[in-house]
Order: sequence, then structure tokens, then C-alpha cells
Amino acid sequence: MTGGIESALRARRENDGKCLVPYLTGGLGDNWLETVMAVADAGADAIEIGVPFSDPVMDGPTIQEANDRALASGTTPQRILDTLRDADIGVPIAVMTYANIVYRMGWDRFMNELSASGVSGCILPDIPLEETRDWTAAADEAGVETVMFAAPTSPDDRLPRIAERAGGFVYAVGLLGITGVRANLASSALEIAGRVKAITDKPVLVGVGVGTPAQAVEVSEVADGAIVGSAVVQRMLDGAGPEGVAELIAEFRAALDT
Amino acid sequence: MTMADPTHEGRFGDFGGMFVPETLVPACIELDKAFREAWADPSFRNELDYLLRTYAGRPSPITECANLSEELGCRILLKREDLNHTGSHKINNVLGQGLLAKRMGKTRLVAETGAGQHGVATATVAALFDMECVVYMGTVDIERQKLNVFRMKLLGSEVVAAESGSQTLKDAVNEAMRYWVSAVEDTHYCLGSVMGPHPYPWMVREFHRVIGDEAREQCRDLLDGVPDVVVACVGGGSNAAGIFAGFADTDAVLVGAEPAGGAAVGRAVPGIVHGSKSYLMQDEWGQVLEAESISAGLDYPGIGPEHAHLAATGRARYEPVTDAEVVDAFQLLSRTEGIIPALESAHAIAWIAKAKHEFQGKSVLINLSGRGDKDVNQMMDILG
Repeated sequence: MTGGIESALRARRENDGKCLVPYLTGGLGDNWLETVMAVADAGADAIEIGVPFSDPVMDGPTIQEANDRALASGTTPQRILDTLRDADIGVPIAVMTYANIVYRMGWDRFMNELSASGVSGCILPDIPLEETRDWTAAADEAGVETVMFAAPTSPDDRLPRIAERAGGFVYAVGLLGITGVRANLASSALEIAGRVKAITDKPVLVGVGVGTPAQAVEVSEVADGAIVGSAVVQRMLDGAGPEGVAELIAEFRAALDT
Repeated sequence: MTMADPTHEGRFGDFGGMFVPETLVPACIELDKAFREAWADPSFRNELDYLLRTYAGRPSPITECANLSEELGCRILLKREDLNHTGSHKINNVLGQGLLAKRMGKTRLVAETGAGQHGVATATVAALFDMECVVYMGTVDIERQKLNVFRMKLLGSEVVAAESGSQTLKDAVNEAMRYWVSAVEDTHYCLGSVMGPHPYPWMVREFHRVIGDEAREQCRDLLDGVPDVVVACVGGGSNAAGIFAGFADTDAVLVGAEPAGGAAVGRAVPGIVHGSKSYLMQDEWGQVLEAESISAGLDYPGIGPEHAHLAATGRARYEPVTDAEVVDAFQLLSRTEGIIPALESAHAIAWIAKAKHEFQGKSVLINLSGRGDKDVNQMMDILG
């Protein structure tokens, strides 16, 4: 069965559109849920909600700071999920966090909590193909889409297995490095997008190092769309508020639509 | 039991694994393959043995401690890893990984360090092999281990402050992993303990098993058998893994001395961080807690996965010692034997000083993993 995220992204693609998936840190500021709603209204096809972890090894300084601030203000995974449970956001949601947050609560319980909170998908950057077993068993049972990563270093023979296991979309890592805005789109972004697109019909989105509308447009010439994290979170950190963050998303939407 | 090879997935019982971003998985798989080939290749083994002998100064002796034995009422033997080049056991692993990195065509080493011992060892081997070297070290540790920071720079290494989180060893590991994610094609991550993703916990233990293998031979002559107790300090657990490997198949009681403020096994909660599943200090939501120890090298909230397995199966026991007990032990060994131990190694001394009543008349082999020169400034402040 196709889940909520994959359906939304396929629908966008079938209308000759390009997909936009912003990342926002859950629990960052009192109005983070309002920001999520505003971002949904501004043209996001789906939204990633980061559940802060103390040791996020795939994340650069911006998202690290957002994690630290959210944790310092007392946020917990449960509080974020409870907040989402009571909200009608209008676009499908994926939770992105790290393995230990899920493992601590229990694979089954966490996936069931996601499902009960209306969350469609789950993204765990430190769970590669080799370690998926417990997670995917629980996620499949709970009906949660399991987004999988393809990296510039992934050899060709791994990509079909990654795509096969992926739910929602395949997260193509745009460069060798951690999350953060770069001056230019890396050539590796187009390469990995092309390599993954060649072996799967599932939506392929590029994230990590996509920080401007122009970069999102450039990478979407090959990929089905882009994930924008640090640029969005930086706006949240700067105190732009729901309207300010939504403005940025509208700029990405407009660029992708022209 | 023996300390066997992990499963194909890098598991020791329930622990271990390869919990890293996809970007790093091919590098871990490549490293596993390269290590297996090198470890089975006599020319690699000969080259490493040659360097361990002529550069590191192996074999390290065992010292009988007559004065301390009399004071504690048990027969104390020290495995003198403090006498190795660079002043600790860390050189065993780094020579192995450095040779392997060269064999794999890597041109740069990146490492994390707590007390600076592993950083110094990595900087040393990078100089020897003419490789670039970047060492991440927590801002707090840079302050308390200035001497080792200077040594690394002198050796041509770049020392980068890890300013995130608790600014200690845990955060240095995060930063080193982030660096590796961005430079994986030409850089080898020279991890300093029996932790991280497969194959590191296994590979690092194998590079350190020379400690246990030598000690087994030496004890055969000295004791006509094996010691009753083998004790080592445990942060990540590399020196303990090395010496335990030589005695796991004997009747010797194996003891890991954990800092009370970083007792991952003592709390016995499993978790996943830095590439593997093991015991981990964390809160109820899985946020990793900050360890607190007088010794920068043991200031780590986790422990190597094989130690978690040895604890879970009951083959080794892990005992907490407090900072105050460590300060006493530091002075005790200095005063009785004329040997100034590293604060890390002083944890092992502190444990037997505390547990002596349980082992009266028994032989106790202590892995003296490092020398204490680097800690003298800090102790001067503490002791006034």
C-alpha cells in the first residue's frame, strides 16, 4: 500500500511539478507547530519534523544549535508527538530523528506512536540498510513509511536494495558531508539523483546542501524535488516566526513552479 | 569462553553493529575487508611486529610491585604499557590502523581524543608515515591537557576544538565522525577505542591483543600459570579489551574499573550512539548524558560493545571507582613504587586498593595503560 508521503509526492510529480519537503526542528520555540502549519500552507508537499537528539552526527552547526535549544527548553519526543497528534496540518509528516531516540522508547512503541499521531513516515539517518530489521518490522506493522538514504558513496549494487526498502521517497544525500547551507550545489547532488532515478520509480528527493531556491530548482532538473533543512531552521533560529519561515517556503515553491 | 570474532554483522551477542549514515557504510565495509586481508597477510603482520618492537618498544615488561603488594596484601603485577613510545597503550592500535590506512591508499588520518593520549599516538604515527593528521578534542579537554595539545602540534598535527555539547570526548567523536563523512574518500578515521561501528570494536581489540598475549606468556614464567585477577580501567575500553583478550579463556577474574561518573555498565541501559549498540548513559528519552570523570580519557558515557557483551554474559565484571579514590591511587603507586600512573590507569589501582580484602594472597595483574606525566599539572592543582 502506498503511504501518505509517497502518494503526495507522486501526485505532485504526475502534475509535472517538483516536490518540496522542508525540515523543521520540533520543539524549537513555543510556536513551532504554527510554523509547521504556515509552511504547509506555503506550498510544502510534505514536512519533516526533526525530533532533537543530543548527538546528531549527520547534522551541521545550524541543526545542532536548533537541537540544543529545543532540548534546553525541555522538549521530549513524546511532547512533539502529542503536539502533532492534535494538529491538522494538511500535508503528510515524516519524523526525522536518530536511532537511539526510537530504540529507547522501543521500536514498536515509537512506530505505533507515530501512527497514532498521524505521522506518515520516519527518517533515521544512522540506520543503514544493514541495521533496518527491527525498525522496518515495527514500521511496516504500524503502517509507517521508512525513508532510506542513498549517498554519493553508495555503490551501484546497493542502490536497488535501498530503493526497494524505501517508503515515502528515497533521500539522496547531495554531497559528502553533513547538513548545512553551501554557496553552490555540489556536482554530486545531480550525480546521485541521476543514479537513483535510473533504478527506481519511487520519488527521489535530494537533501543536504540544498539551501536556496535556485539550488532546489537546479537539483530538481534531475531529482523529483528537494529537501530544505538548515536554511529553514536558520530562519526559525533567527526568530522569523511562522510568517517569516513561510515566506521562505513560498520563495522555494514559486521557484520550483516556474 | 574466548573473545571470539564478532558475527558477520559485527555483533557481540546483542551488542555492536554498524549504526552509521549511509555515506560511511561503504567505508566501513571496505575497512572490514581490508582489515581481514591484512590480518591474514604475514607481510602485514611482520611489518607491524617490526614497528611494535623497534618503534613502540615492545614487548612491555611486567613489573612485580613488592612494596605495593605488601601494603595491599595481594601480589601486584603491572603490565607496563606506560613504557611504550608516546606513553600509553594507544600506540599499538594506531600503528596497526596507520599501516592499514596506508595499505588502503588513504592520505589523511582523523582522530578523536580525550586525554590526548590517542591524539598524540595518531599524530606520531602520521608523522612517521608522512600522512596528514587532524585531531578533534573537546574544548574542556584542550584546557586540562595543554601539554598533549602542544605535543600533537609539534608532531605536525592539526588540533581542532570540539565545541559542541559537553566539549569532551563524546563530542570529539561526533566531530571526528562529521569530518569523516565529508572526507571519507581520502581519509581514514583512526578511532581510538573498541567502540564505533563494525569493524572498529573488533579491529581495535585485535591491535591491542598483543598486550594480553605478551602478558599471558610473561605470567607463565612469573606465576607458572595465570593471575587470579586481571584488572584494567575502562572508558571506551581499549586497554581492557587488549589485556582481557589474553585471559578470557582462563579462570582469571576479569575486572574493568569504570569511573563512577561514567559507569555505562554500572547503569546497564542499552543504547545506540557512535555507530554501535552498547551500554550507554542516557536519560529516559534517549538523550546521551555527559559523563563526569577526573580523567579526560575515561570521560565517556558509553563503552565498547564487546565489554557490554562480557558484562551481560558475566565473563567480566565492571566496578565503579570515584575520583577521590583515583586521586589516592595516583599517589599510592607513585609513593610505593616510584611509578606515576596516568589518571586513567589509576582507576585500576584504585579498584584493587578498595577490593583488596576480597583478594588477599591472590595475584593481581594490572594493566598500567599509561604514564602520568600529562596529569601532573592537574594533580598539582588538586593536591595544592
